[in-house]
Amino acid sequence: MIRVVIPAHLRTIAKVDGEVELDLNGPVTIRAVLDALEAKYPALQGTMRDHVTGVRRPFIRFFACSEDLSHEPHDTVLPDAIINATEPFLIVGAIAGG
Amino acid sequence: MSKVRVLVGTKKGAFILESDGKRQNWSINGPHFGGWEIYHMKGSPVDPNRIYVSQSTGWHGQMMQRSNDGGQTWETVGNKFTYEGVPGTHQWYDGTPHPWEFKRVWHLEPSLSDADTVYAGVEDAAIFKTTDGGQNWKELQGLREHGTGPKWQPGAGGMCLHTILIDPTNHDRIFIAISAAGAFRTDDGGATWKPINQGLRSEYIPDPKAEVGHCVHRIAMHPSRPNTLFMQKHWDVMRSDDAGDSWVEVSGNLPTDFGFPIQVHAHEPETIYVVPIKSDSLHFPPDGQLRVYRSRTGGNEWEALTKGLPQSDCYVNILRDAMSADSLDSCGIYFGTTGGQVYASADSGDTWTAIARDLPSVLSVEVQTIA
Repeated sequence: MIRVVIPAHLRTIAKVDGEVELDLNGPVTIRAVLDALEAKYPALQGTMRDHVTGVRRPFIRFFACSEDLSHEPHDTVLPDAIINATEPFLIVGAIAGG
Repeated sequence: MSKVRVLVGTKKGAFILESDGKRQNWSINGPHFGGWEIYHMKGSPVDPNRIYVSQSTGWHGQMMQRSNDGGQTWETVGNKFTYEGVPGTHQWYDGTPHPWEFKRVWHLEPSLSDADTVYAGVEDAAIFKTTDGGQNWKELQGLREHGTGPKWQPGAGGMCLHTILIDPTNHDRIFIAISAAGAFRTDDGGATWKPINQGLRSEYIPDPKAEVGHCVHRIAMHPSRPNTLFMQKHWDVMRSDDAGDSWVEVSGNLPTDFGFPIQVHAHEPETIYVVPIKSDSLHFPPDGQLRVYRSRTGGNEWEALTKGLPQSDCYVNILRDAMSADSLDSCGIYFGTTGGQVYASADSGDTWTAIARDLPSVLSVEVQTIA
């Protein structure tokens, strides 16, 4: 099980409170987290990455263990602290509010 | 007793205003989808409790919502809008080719005969259709691919398909409008399309009488006369009496013929409404006076409607999808402003009242008359 924090707007869409817990099979990569998140909450499809290309939406950022992984390849394996659920994987809306 | 439901889309959520047929006391329910831009929401004429909503933000893109109970509860439906084939390019603001990129849904037009069928007008301009209540959307690519697409260009608000009108006597005939490409018509349910811009004149494009490139802001139709169309263009109010094959200007004595919405009275096919706006860049009412103009002659002769509207220091705008009408015996006219007010008239525009005063900036207003 891993822990994921998603933006407030997406918690509303997914109808969840607080962190999301996901069970992953295989390597814990950015892509695997997004795949599992969208599989568990289909309403989130298209809200973090493009439906077809899979490219991260411009105003979405990914963080793990205080590191910015937004520009890392989506097959990047996440740190041990994410894999063992010591730390949550953070999906964050870019600060663009004004 | 009849009830009126006003669906208001704003920059920060959706609101539902309701009143009985007297239209004196209004309840405001919302915000629904707080913090999201609600470009449009519209109910099915077949099942008024079936409401479709276009919901978007710059962060998370497009979402689509559906209600089956008049807006009490919502369910997320499909948000995958993928252009068919190779999308190609349209013109960018500087005239260079620019790839087609989906940005958002501007307008939803539910079918006149099936609550599960809806058309969606999107930016970059294209029309999509669902036949399963919004779960899946498929582009009617005959519009984008009919030939003039590479000449289309965005208006200031983006290259949006903002108007969809279905002929109530022939559901295969559909009119659409794009800013800034012009008006188009299909006679075969969306398979093939043709530009219908003859008679339009736009001084701001290289060829003022070009086949496409006109910044059409809105088209309106009375259901009893589907061959008669009224258009608010970037400049000029126009009408067509041959299903868009030709247009004539009916701006007449308007103080300015720039504006965004245009609306037809529910029971009088030759009574139309516009809201003149000072432009090009100002986009607020002339002299700080918010005036709706009504023509009872299908254009050319216009009268200012001011009673109940602010007549000093008013600098709001009324966007293209933010005017609507109810179909009660005494026709109600409604519009929303970028200042967050929703004004209503229960007497065809003679007098106005603010039925909501402090909403977020209003993007769209649709009215349902419920028996």
